Amino acid sequence: MTLAVSFQAVSRHFGQVRAVDNVSIDIAEGEFFAMLGPSGSGKTTCLRLIAGFERPTSGQVRIFDKDISQTPPYRRPVNTVFQDYALFPHLNVRDNVAYGLKIAGAGKAERHTAADKALNMVALPQMGSRKASELSGGQRQRVALARALVNKPRVLLLDEPLGALDLKLREQMQSELKSLQRQLGITFVFVTHDQGEALSMADRVAVFNEGRIQQVGTPKDIYDSPKTPFVADFVGSSNVLPANVVERLTGKLKTASLRPESVRLSQGGVDGKVLSSAFLGATTRLEIAIEGAVISALLTKDVEVPKQGETVSLVWDADALHMMDADT
Amino acid sequence: MSVLGGVGIRTSDKLWRNPRILLALLLVPPLLWLGIIYLGALFALLAQSFFSIDEFSGLINYELTLKTYGELFRAANMDILLRTIAMSSVVTLAAALISFPIAYYAARYAKGRWKAVFYLGVMLPLWSSYLVKVYSWKLILAKEGILNWLFETLHLSWILSAYLAIPGVGGNSLSVSWTGTFLVFLYVWLPFMILPLQASLERIPPSMLEASSDLGAQPGQTLRYVILPLALPGIIAGSIFTFSLTMGDYIIPQIVGTSARMIGQAVYQFQGTAGNIPLAAAFAVVPIVVMGVYLTIAKKLGAFDAL
Repeated sequence: MTLAVSFQAVSRHFGQVRAVDNVSIDIAEGEFFAMLGPSGSGKTTCLRLIAGFERPTSGQVRIFDKDISQTPPYRRPVNTVFQDYALFPHLNVRDNVAYGLKIAGAGKAERHTAADKALNMVALPQMGSRKASELSGGQRQRVALARALVNKPRVLLLDEPLGALDLKLREQMQSELKSLQRQLGITFVFVTHDQGEALSMADRVAVFNEGRIQQVGTPKDIYDSPKTPFVADFVGSSNVLPANVVERLTGKLKTASLRPESVRLSQGGVDGKVLSSAFLGATTRLEIAIEGAVISALLTKDVEVPKQGETVSLVWDADALHMMDADT
Repeated sequence: MSVLGGVGIRTSDKLWRNPRILLALLLVPPLLWLGIIYLGALFALLAQSFFSIDEFSGLINYELTLKTYGELFRAANMDILLRTIAMSSVVTLAAALISFPIAYYAARYAKGRWKAVFYLGVMLPLWSSYLVKVYSWKLILAKEGILNWLFETLHLSWILSAYLAIPGVGGNSLSVSWTGTFLVFLYVWLPFMILPLQASLERIPPSMLEASSDLGAQPGQTLRYVILPLALPGIIAGSIFTFSLTMGDYIIPQIVGTSARMIGQAVYQFQGTAGNIPLAAAFAVVPIVVMGVYLTIAKKLGAFDAL
């Protein structure tokens, strides 16, 4: 397996702030890799370290097994889709897309052909002579994508590329990005704060908090076996049960995560009192107070929703209660 | 509630319901001012330039004619026009070259206290009297001045002498040479180039420069293909100031420089001692036409595309 990107104990400090703190990751060639975390967690700084807009305070960033920590951005085999798209306002769409080729010294005819081909690929044919300011958000996003891909980067970096789009468009772009990545076979490194986006698109996800990596794994790993309370809570908002409650329930003194959808209403379980309920469409979310904790449970349509203040009995499968280490 | 308050409230209610009346009330006075004082004066000037002067009596002949404009093409007058346009162009070019690094530093790197230092440094000279500055320069550039002294102390007088020996730009001393006039113009108008340039550079998002670099452009290429095109409206705005201010000025070339005149001096003399108001008006129209042509060319070249 060839490593496309490799962080070796990389730190990036801004004065006293440790934006990235001793991070090591390996990203394989051809992988769709997501960096997930809340804002200020260091995920964007990691992306900028790969692009070359930041230099590590310590550690090494390697791209295809070459230390590029001292290589300027314009000599790295990567291209970026920026969060604000950063399209050049003085150029039309075609010249925006062809910018990298022009810099590389391609002739006018050659770069126009390549730019039009790239615009076709992102489903924006015949838009070449428009100005960037005349396009919608979704269209600008596609132009930014074409502008990066036309240079045939070995790694494509995407900084919250869907953040500015509305829900419908975002879902559509998610599946388009995914199929584009499969078709091109390029390594995609994707930064997002949206856990749903990371889980649905990525082959592997790294969860960041406060400059450190909490967990790296497949979306299923991350969701089913969160290593820390932070991961459990951030990815899919789990019930994080404190150690004393878990000890009473199971005898083990450990913090545990319990997914709301694993909780069922049935006789013979843990008793609790319904605090509130919220209708979510396909499901209904209940907040239930048990001794020492509040548990949320997701009920499917076929279950009758208990009233507020009613006493219910909660059950779950033994392996649904996932034991965790403390936060790192 | 007082009666007065009641009237005030009723009036503001009425204006709220009829926003056009409010707009008219706000706009009419400044528009009248602009129309009568500014444009009216300009048209009066334009009209004067189509009259001519009777050479025997020295009286103004109020028949419309292009004769006065014809006089601009006499060799002596043509000299004045070309000299002024050349000086304005060189001053503008030099101002743009010097302003760019200063404005770029201020827009990209100066933060907090250093930004304040920048604004003070650029604006402070504007707060002192223009005449004081020009006379100070005359002293700096004079034969007994500090610049000469500096060259002598460094044993470099020969460089200055060699430069002053060049016909056209040189002279007896810097203070009576075209180079002197140029330096004073450059100093006095520099803030008018720096400020708009800095504003336009500040509007370029940093991600734009990162994108260019990400797409393979070295810093020089980013400067040429991204920063300069995006800063062009600012450069043009600044050049409107430096160009037109140089073209119209009659004090600096009077105090520092040779006896050869510029447009401003010609206007001053023709409308004053010579009493030839039509020719003075025709001279004054030239900068307006030059600026018009300049801006049209700039627009054709796409200087305002990034706006």
